[in-house]
Amino acid sequence: MKRATLGKLPGILALAVAGGARRAAASGWDRINMPRGVTNVSTRIYALHMMAFWVCVGIAVVVFGVMIWSLVFHRKSRGAVADVTMTHSTKVEIVWTIIPVVILVSMAIPAARLLVRINNNTNPQLSIRVTGFQWGWYYHYVGTHVSFVSKLSASSNAASRLDSGISPTSVPHYLLSVDHKLVVPVGEKIRLLITSVDVIHSWWVPDLGVKKAAIPGFINQASFTIAPNKPGVYRGQCAELCGRGHAFMPIVVRAVSPAQFNAWLEQHSAQQTEAAAGPPATGPSRT
Amino acid sequence: MVESQLTAAHAEHDHKPRGWRRWVFATNHKDIGTMYLILSGIMFFIGGSAAMIIRAQLFKSGMELVDPTVFNSLTTMHGLIMIFGAIMPAWVGLANWMIPMQIGAPDMALPRLNNLSFWILPFAFTLMLASFFVPGGAIAGGWTMYPPLMQQFGDAFPMMIFAIHLMGISSILGAINIIVTIMNLRAPGMSLLRMPLFVWTWLITAYLLIAVMPVLAGAMTMQLTDHFFGTSFFNAAGGGDPVLFLHVFWFFGHPEVYILILPAFGIISEIIPSFARKPLFGYEAMVYATASIAFLSFIVWGHHMFTVGMPVAAQLFFMFSTMLIAVPTGVKVFNWVATMWRGSMSFEPPMLFAIAFVFLFTVGGLSGLMLSLVPADYQYHGTYFVVAHFHYVLVPGAVFAIFAGIYYWLPKWSGRMYDMRLAKWHFWLSVIFVNVLFFPMHFLGLAGMPRRIADYAPQFTDWNMVASIGGFVFGASQLLLPYIVWKCVRSGKPVEVNSPWDGARGLEWELPTPAPYHSWEFPPTEAVLAHADKH
Ligand code: HEM
Ligand SMILES: [Cu+2]
Ligand SMILES: [Cu+2]
Repeated sequence: MKRATLGKLPGILALAVAGGARRAAASGWDRINMPRGVTNVSTRIYALHMMAFWVCVGIAVVVFGVMIWSLVFHRKSRGAVADVTMTHSTKVEIVWTIIPVVILVSMAIPAARLLVRINNNTNPQLSIRVTGFQWGWYYHYVGTHVSFVSKLSASSNAASRLDSGISPTSVPHYLLSVDHKLVVPVGEKIRLLITSVDVIHSWWVPDLGVKKAAIPGFINQASFTIAPNKPGVYRGQCAELCGRGHAFMPIVVRAVSPAQFNAWLEQHSAQQTEAAAGPPATGPSRT
Repeated sequence: MVESQLTAAHAEHDHKPRGWRRWVFATNHKDIGTMYLILSGIMFFIGGSAAMIIRAQLFKSGMELVDPTVFNSLTTMHGLIMIFGAIMPAWVGLANWMIPMQIGAPDMALPRLNNLSFWILPFAFTLMLASFFVPGGAIAGGWTMYPPLMQQFGDAFPMMIFAIHLMGISSILGAINIIVTIMNLRAPGMSLLRMPLFVWTWLITAYLLIAVMPVLAGAMTMQLTDHFFGTSFFNAAGGGDPVLFLHVFWFFGHPEVYILILPAFGIISEIIPSFARKPLFGYEAMVYATASIAFLSFIVWGHHMFTVGMPVAAQLFFMFSTMLIAVPTGVKVFNWVATMWRGSMSFEPPMLFAIAFVFLFTVGGLSGLMLSLVPADYQYHGTYFVVAHFHYVLVPGAVFAIFAGIYYWLPKWSGRMYDMRLAKWHFWLSVIFVNVLFFPMHFLGLAGMPRRIADYAPQFTDWNMVASIGGFVFGASQLLLPYIVWKCVRSGKPVEVNSPWDGARGLEWELPTPAPYHSWEFPPTEAVLAHADKH
């Protein structure tokens, strides 16, 4: 039994690698790389990431190239004789201090520009209060009566019980689906006011390029504008360990046209006029 | 007169106590070093077992093995055990063994303090591990122990804090001893800028320890009083500030990661010249680079907090200071490479681990550089990309350097040679599977998998399987190390010469093999020092 499993290891390994490669090819690079995302910011973050990646590849090629060269040619078994006079060289040392500085500055400048831009949260067209709790999110559209709790969908929840016997692949978007999606309009600047009622959480949707901690006693801001031609459903997860349910508090954003959004909002404010804005009773409240 | 007093004192000390007394009342640097290394090994395997359960749970999508709370305690305790139980004691053990031998001293300067700083640790670790078995289980808020989450755990919470206090005291005492030893017990002629790099890097590490262990202790004590005595340092409801803890913790935390890696830089700087048969390139630059890394490590802590909502100016500051660390780090890597260049290299196990260190630590450094770019870090933070980064610097980084040190000095310690063939197996299995284990984590993080989750969406399954398989084989291969050491000590071929490595430099190789109980009873002469410089 043990032997059989062990014997299968290389096969499993090969399969997993091949599987990874195949699916990556099928769905672009999104299995192994950062998504480009659907906001101006997320696309620029992606570009910065790729720039940094290629710079790192370049540095690695040079450094590892020199190392591999010496490993091959400067080995005792090939009769190489050590050059014991080579102890230091101020010239070389200055050069390999300055070159990295230049590379770093050239990376820091675009990064700083983008950073300043990302942190501009002024003039939003819509503000949404996002409150993390153990374990879910509570959303309130500022200036309206619309507010709701968004939790892991029932099907994922059932399948995620220990030894539920339900195969995760049989559940649509296992662990990445919620009961009530956050609905937002495309093409409008949306500001999130993020806080928490209990422990620190973090609201993260990779396709929007937004990750921000939800901290009790603080209101953090983040904003995004989804490209007008990119309506769709975007999924993310809590990105700060928040206890037992940390793996089970996803975020799902549905981006629709402004007209559809207004219709949705109208319909929900009619239903919810009585709902006072406030975090859910389900979350242990400490504030 | 002086001479006869010396011999009298010497005769009195020479017999080592027998039986358990030798260990419980140990004051000899070698005995204490050995105990540190054995304790570190035990903790390495306990922390490793936790990692095996984590990787089994994450083998595929779906909750099948452990409950999420148990999973969270396992990740938390894995981190704490590996950092405080495995890596730090290994460094202190190596320092105990090697620093007196490398600077021409008979022993550490404060032998009784040395005994105390070791014997605190078994109690600290017992307390820490016992917290698994109290109601509610071990703490489960991550090794970073952020409040308010940390405040939600039961009896394990004060136990862990008390264990941290004990470990902190032990580290500080150990650091004081190391500083005093290096400052006072150097042989005549062993000027500071003649010291081996392992001694240098440990000297700087010891200062870091003294500077930041009290910071951690303070932060944890504030959590303790918040919990039990009604203070509100970190409690927003009482007017406190949870983010304050993050600042204080990372003010400790970032220097701490350099505490884990600086001695590794030292060991690698000793081993590469020995097996390239060539002096270290840029010795002084190495010393200054180490010092500047240590200095910079105090002003970069904010890079762990880019998404908590710091002002833009602060984020810019921490981005620039973090990027700056890459410069002295680069200098180190270039110096190692230049030492290999036009050398006459051979590839015994210590050198193999050292070469793997240079390659793979660099990979971790490069991902660190990517992480320092704040907008990109908004996407990387809290994901497996960060897990990949710090495991590259800590496992093929710090841990491989410890292995390299053991394979380098074991013949000197034991007077016997280990089984080279087995040690090479250990190396190749480790170096291959450490990459199978950790490289895919870069992909997972970029594709959107958060860290510290007990279960994940099915699209992450493939690479998690690869990582888990890498983890199981890597974990199993580590069992070779205690076997190799045991076999060497029991039945290795005796080493007759002072140095089994023809290119090794340094005072330790001027001593007979195995090294005498009181290393340098008489300080080495200038001739011996000069010989040690040359090999
Ligand atoms: C070139 C040098 C390095 C740079 C630029 C760098 C940068 C960073 C950054 C920016 C982070 C934060 C990532 C995040 O959480 O979003 C990080 C995390 C981390 N780094 Fe490094 N790093 C470097 C070297 C090291 C070294 C040498 C070590 C230890 C030996 C180390 C250990 C860690 C650890 C343990 C974490 C994660 C802590 C946690 O969140 O649990 N890093 N590094
Ligand atoms: Cu969470
Ligand atoms: Cu850091």
